[in-house]
Amino acid sequence: MTRLDALRAIYLQLADRIVVTIMGAVAAELQSIGHRPNFFYLQHAMGLASSMGLGIALAKPHRQVIVLDGDGSVLMNLGGLTTLARYRPRNLTHVVFDNESLLSVGGFPTATSTGSDLAGIAAAAGVPRTARVATIDAFTQAFDEAIAAKDLTTIVAKVEAVGPSAYVTDLSLLENRFQFQRYLRS
Amino acid sequence: MSPVSTINSRAIYDALKACGIRLISALPETWLVHLIRMAEDDPDMTLVRLAKEEEGVGISAGAHLAGVKSAMLMQNHGFLASINGIVSCAQLYRIPLLMLISYRGEFGERDPWQTEGGGVTEDLLHALRIPSSCLDRPDHVAVRIAKAQTLALSSNKPVALLLRRDLMWEEAP
Repeated sequence: MTRLDALRAIYLQLADRIVVTIMGAVAAELQSIGHRPNFFYLQHAMGLASSMGLGIALAKPHRQVIVLDGDGSVLMNLGGLTTLARYRPRNLTHVVFDNESLLSVGGFPTATSTGSDLAGIAAAAGVPRTARVATIDAFTQAFDEAIAAKDLTTIVAKVEAVGPSAYVTDLSLLENRFQFQRYLRS
Repeated sequence: MSPVSTINSRAIYDALKACGIRLISALPETWLVHLIRMAEDDPDMTLVRLAKEEEGVGISAGAHLAGVKSAMLMQNHGFLASINGIVSCAQLYRIPLLMLISYRGEFGERDPWQTEGGGVTEDLLHALRIPSSCLDRPDHVAVRIAKAQTLALSSNKPVALLLRRDLMWEEAP
């Protein structure tokens, strides 16, 4: 499974939901499919996309929030999984694209390449629903179930370590930020 | 009885409420115990207990974009632990942060492990160009918190208030 194919498979369900992504390939690939005002790309601050998602989910309890995370980012804020689990926002779905590497800085392997199991870590942190998937069909099924379950879910999707040819897009960071704020407050 | 001042903690908490703060992220530290309990007991406040202070930057950023005013309670060592998030989330994306930082390691500090952080806190705030002020007397608590929040919102940037020993600790020196 490539991350791009996985994003395409859920894109229609992202269209009317609040989406927060990490930097790098996830941000560039989602924008290549089509940027929307309800998509925010945290283009640095690795590890904090799930914390931002928690802040939004607590502030907007009646809206569904999707966080598109990655293995390198989650590994920088494992404690954040315990905070997510502790407050258990039922309107938050946490997708972790796990390519077992820090792709955008040269593809160096992360600890998930040597067996660290982020779905297991999330479950042990107290996240009530977790899934571990490696195919598009299993991913879309897990994603649909997470939305329907109306409970905090972490889906770890194993994806190939391939990404876009470029990471900088023509969407400026602050344009994205103020557009997203306007969307959230409208 | 803890020598942490309940009266002055209450003044700080009431000032935060008066600014419209509805979400507080916190990591416990001795001087903050009353403030955290006040937030916990307040049905109109969302208290988010953190594993590490940097998470609070992300939580406040998300809350702000969604229209909820928030504040962060941390020790100065928690500020040190948050710096990447402050720079690469809050400053990069022009997010207002109201940071209340207990200023350990100043004159009067008895805990040896707190003494190093005190010496670098203000230098780091200056290096990061974060506007800051101290809270050291009860009579200016409300107005300084209100002004700090006003600047955070008008500039879309982090601001810091340093909670000093003279305000927070009632034990004789």
